[in-house]
Amino acid sequence: MSFHKQKEGITLLATILLGLAAGALFMMLAGHDPLSGYKFLFRGGLMNLERVGNTLATATPLIFTGLSVAFAFKTGLFNIGAAGQMLFGGFCATAVGLTWSLDKPALLFAMTLTAMLAGALWAALPGWFKARFNVHEVVSTIMFNWMAYWLVYYLVPLYFKGSFETESRNIPLAASLRTPWLSQMFDGSYMNIGLVLALAAVAFCAFLLQRTTLGFELKAVGFNRFAAEYAGIHAGRSIVVSMMLAGALAGLGGMTLYCGYATNIQIGVLPSQGIDGIAVALLGANSPWGVLAAAIFFGVLYSGKGFMNAMTSIPPEIADTIIATIIYFAATSVLLEKFLSRLWRKQQSEEGA
Amino acid sequence: MWVVVQQIAPYAVAYTIPLLITALGGLYSERSGVVNIGLEGLMVVGSFAGALTIATLQGTMHGEVLWLGLLAAMAAGALFSFLHAFASISLNANQVISGTAINMIAGALTVFVGRNLTGSGNIQIVGFTRFSVPGLSDVPVVGKLFFTNTYPTTWLVLLILLISYYVLYKTVFGLRLRACGEHPHAADAAGINVYRIRYLAVAISGAMSGLGGAIILTTYSGEFNGTVFGLGFLALAALIFGQWKPLGILGATVFFGFASTVANVAQVSPVLAQIPGLILKIFPYVITLLALVLFSKSSQPPRASGEPFEHGKR
Repeated sequence: MSFHKQKEGITLLATILLGLAAGALFMMLAGHDPLSGYKFLFRGGLMNLERVGNTLATATPLIFTGLSVAFAFKTGLFNIGAAGQMLFGGFCATAVGLTWSLDKPALLFAMTLTAMLAGALWAALPGWFKARFNVHEVVSTIMFNWMAYWLVYYLVPLYFKGSFETESRNIPLAASLRTPWLSQMFDGSYMNIGLVLALAAVAFCAFLLQRTTLGFELKAVGFNRFAAEYAGIHAGRSIVVSMMLAGALAGLGGMTLYCGYATNIQIGVLPSQGIDGIAVALLGANSPWGVLAAAIFFGVLYSGKGFMNAMTSIPPEIADTIIATIIYFAATSVLLEKFLSRLWRKQQSEEGA
Repeated sequence: MWVVVQQIAPYAVAYTIPLLITALGGLYSERSGVVNIGLEGLMVVGSFAGALTIATLQGTMHGEVLWLGLLAAMAAGALFSFLHAFASISLNANQVISGTAINMIAGALTVFVGRNLTGSGNIQIVGFTRFSVPGLSDVPVVGKLFFTNTYPTTWLVLLILLISYYVLYKTVFGLRLRACGEHPHAADAAGINVYRIRYLAVAISGAMSGLGGAIILTTYSGEFNGTVFGLGFLALAALIFGQWKPLGILGATVFFGFASTVANVAQVSPVLAQIPGLILKIFPYVITLLALVLFSKSSQPPRASGEPFEHGKR
């Protein structure tokens, strides 16, 4: 393994360890025992088959939003709007699931297509604004987040009202990503076929980015838009395509959240998985397989925090704190890398002497 | 219609002011060349520090305690912003990523600490009371609109706006700060310490965002609960919408303030109640998008904004 790859791996590992250490420090400062905290956190996420299933189900929407953010990053775009895209995509898929009565495979297929199209549409406009009018995508996707928020806020009670004013009807069994055989395999967890979709999406993204002309063009625009244009790549089109793919991924994430992990759609909340997707993409170094690993790691923390909170007096927000700290260390990893380089050079000069 | 405008004006101003001060803070940072997406998180930190200070002292002190809370919020915001400054100025980290980390840390850490201290993540306080400016509130038209039912913080923020305008455009420090955001290497060649100016600018943005968060707390919200409802991001949009200029920002935030307030109080007014709520709610966002589409092509963000500065690199 080359030194560069090795250094990258070590830096990543050190980042995670530093984040966990910071979490321990916070627990200690607040007067809790970090060892028992982590013991219950990880047991809560991995103790038995059911909890592993729940962890994977928690990770599923994160895989999608992580892929979405990472994909846009590759083209030099910062997709802060994954939350709105997954909300709108998930809402449209839920609408289809609640309206049409088809066989399960046909209905799920229709919902998947709807989620992808709706998510892509919700991201295509900011992409087009960026390409055509130079509107910064960070601002436009934030606007689209809030537009999706209010759209769902008004449309759900109007057309799909459930037993509470703040949520939609439960989706029928035929429209749920949960299946009896998978639930039984994982002892009745939330586990659903959304995970299969997510794994397929990871493989698809990896293939697209590494093996196709389109992927090459998208990355080229991300490296240097002007150089890419000079080389004959249509940068504007690449930006729109990249955003649409990112939106489609986030839309699918929305479907796996509302029709797999949950059974209905809540109004008045932007799904937090949208912002967490940024963290997942960063930790995963914007590579599809890295995103998968990072999402599962976050899944462990998120599904374990409830158990930890029940068994100790540590507030569940420690999981978010750890993740946030890891992201900060990832942003400042230059410091670590310099340190590692110095160690490496020192070692080499000693060997040479 | 006039009556409606009169009725909603105080609410619209109350909503505008924290946005305005936060966007102004962002202006300092971006004008010095550092993109600060962490405004939202810095507001949360300010709101938390303010709530903690006020809730602790409110039993034993009177009057001044709210101002003390605002001061604590500014100090906390400035301190917290050093995390962002260190990453993006000293380490040349990606500023967008660092800002995102700030947002995440602020949201999680404040609630974590709050829970440890109070048991719940919420902290309640008693905020400022509204008052009418003597004399001025009797002036026709304007008096009813802007001088009745105001918060003292409103006047503080307007004062800071005036001072900011003066500082940015009429002082040596302002010139240097803007130079760092346009041509840091030229500024460096002229003997200006780019790092120091940028650190200071980010600290100012932190203090102002912290103040913004604390103003939400001490005026219309009255409780800390770990969020500022996306106002930090909206301030960011107002900064871009306002073309990185103090008066532009004032216009953009007043627009947001009035548009959002209209949407919130539409039910009580027979004229507005006819418009569907959804239209009213998404109206400010759609207009902002339209304005951005119209003006972004010709907009002039600070040229070096988002670019790490390395001493000696050409």
